[in-house]
Amino acid sequence: MGFLGPLVAPGFFANQAVLFALFAGAVVAVVSGVVGTVTVMRGQSFAGHSLADIGSAGGSAAFLVGVSPLYGFIALNLAAAGVMDLLGIRRPRGRDVATGIVLGAALGLAALFLYLDTTTSSTTGVAMSVLFGSIFTVSPSLTPVILVCGVLAAGLLLLLYRPLILSSINADLAAARGIRVRAVGVCFLLALAIAVSLSALTIGAILSTALLIGPAAIALRVTKQTGLAMVIAACVGVVATWLGVVLAYDSYSWPPAHAGWPVSFFVVTLIFVVFAAAQLLPLPGRPRPKH
Amino acid sequence: MSAAAPVTAAASDLLLVEGVSVALDGRPILTDVSFRVAAGEFTGLIGSNGVGKTTLLRVILGLLTPSSGHVLVAGAPRSRRNPLIGYVPQQATLDPDMPVRARDLVGLGIDGHRAGLPLPSAKRRGQIDEMLAAVGATHIGDARVGNLSGGEQQRILIAHALISRPRLLLLDEPLANLDISSEQEIIELLSRIAREQRIAVLISTHDMNPLLPVMDRIVYVARGKVASGPTSEVVTTEALSRLYGHHVDVINVHDRVLVVAGRDDATVRHAGRDRIVELV
Repeated sequence: MGFLGPLVAPGFFANQAVLFALFAGAVVAVVSGVVGTVTVMRGQSFAGHSLADIGSAGGSAAFLVGVSPLYGFIALNLAAAGVMDLLGIRRPRGRDVATGIVLGAALGLAALFLYLDTTTSSTTGVAMSVLFGSIFTVSPSLTPVILVCGVLAAGLLLLLYRPLILSSINADLAAARGIRVRAVGVCFLLALAIAVSLSALTIGAILSTALLIGPAAIALRVTKQTGLAMVIAACVGVVATWLGVVLAYDSYSWPPAHAGWPVSFFVVTLIFVVFAAAQLLPLPGRPRPKH
Repeated sequence: MSAAAPVTAAASDLLLVEGVSVALDGRPILTDVSFRVAAGEFTGLIGSNGVGKTTLLRVILGLLTPSSGHVLVAGAPRSRRNPLIGYVPQQATLDPDMPVRARDLVGLGIDGHRAGLPLPSAKRRGQIDEMLAAVGATHIGDARVGNLSGGEQQRILIAHALISRPRLLLLDEPLANLDISSEQEIIELLSRIAREQRIAVLISTHDMNPLLPVMDRIVYVARGKVASGPTSEVVTTEALSRLYGHHVDVINVHDRVLVVAGRDDATVRHAGRDRIVELV
């Protein structure tokens, strides 16, 4: 860690909140990388983003009843994933309309809950925390829940890896091999809902797609192998999250307020910069000329 | 063989379609369709777009249940996942961004329906290499599928379908969007597979002309019915007029066949690549 010397402010590794943020952030980034790769491959980035936004209603409702926003994110995202499937997510146009309608309704609820949060209690930071995340305030008591959710989402995805990839390439190809394409699609949505909930906890409901889609999009620029893309996406996510935590910690001494800039700002900006740089690379896997 | 002739089972039949009728959303698509395909036969499923060719293939695959009739594959009723059937779907244009190498897609033909990650093994690798070589795609095995040309993608999809060693290969409009030289290469490949490996090939297309030199049998679809048999018996003015229910002319022009509607209906039901719009 010597090379981090000039980067890391004094006291960084002695701070419990920081260490837990590094741990939780890594788990979330790995799950996001694995699930995000398949999300990009399936062309469901919009569904992922919508789930994330929808989750903000759950997160703000959780504050009202006094539990961690993670439970609200998960409950609402799973419900929304189910509703989106029922409303016809398999037809591209039906899918966009269904997603948009559910999204609008949920954001309306979020507006109400956030209003109630700030008027009925003194938790003024709720909107910021739900929408843009607060990795330093995540309670270490959530460790088992985070781990179980992470294993569930990543495990579901790895279990369904081959049928998922095949039905992402072509649904008819998968169906002809006896794969229940719709059931596989629903399972994927559930994994997506959980992954989005986890990243909403660390970098916020609004920004959680950045962690889901960004590292995956970067990985897909540099490799032509699905499995390797998942690993790269997970690594990019972890590095961006950790650097974000380090910079946020450093920023306590920065202007204007000497109060620390949001971690999510750093994470999302880092991912964006790397993504932009990756666009300069040639796409891998161009066929070699014959003989 | 005429459209109304009964189809009886024979021991050599690999595929038997008997009295199949299909209605989608209450609209009849196919009515009392019967035909058969023997092992190693190259059969063309011919008909204009929207006539029900894809529907018929989906019934054979077990993805669609007919309202009546039945399908036997190697003497057994069709099932949802039938290892005896390989399938190349219509318009399987693959996304250039899809991080899947050609060899990965071929490998999914072996075990794509199984749970978990594919474990790399020398046996699996050998099988994939062998199949890539068989379809003349060794040099593109490591390329992203989405970056390949239409003809190259068809080769990979054919390898994907063949690697599970089916006895019946169904292809839905595999020649659409191919340039003429790729089209010829794919037809030669399929014809060789049918002959050498005794695999029955059933290929749907709206243009029968490229298939005429290699087709053993034709299944001609029109008005929800089929006429099937050797090409020389089906592609005649008499047989096709009976299928269409009105007079059509079958015209030979420089080794190409044109099916042209009679005077009562000036639209051309089926033309060659040149798409004659009207012929009086």
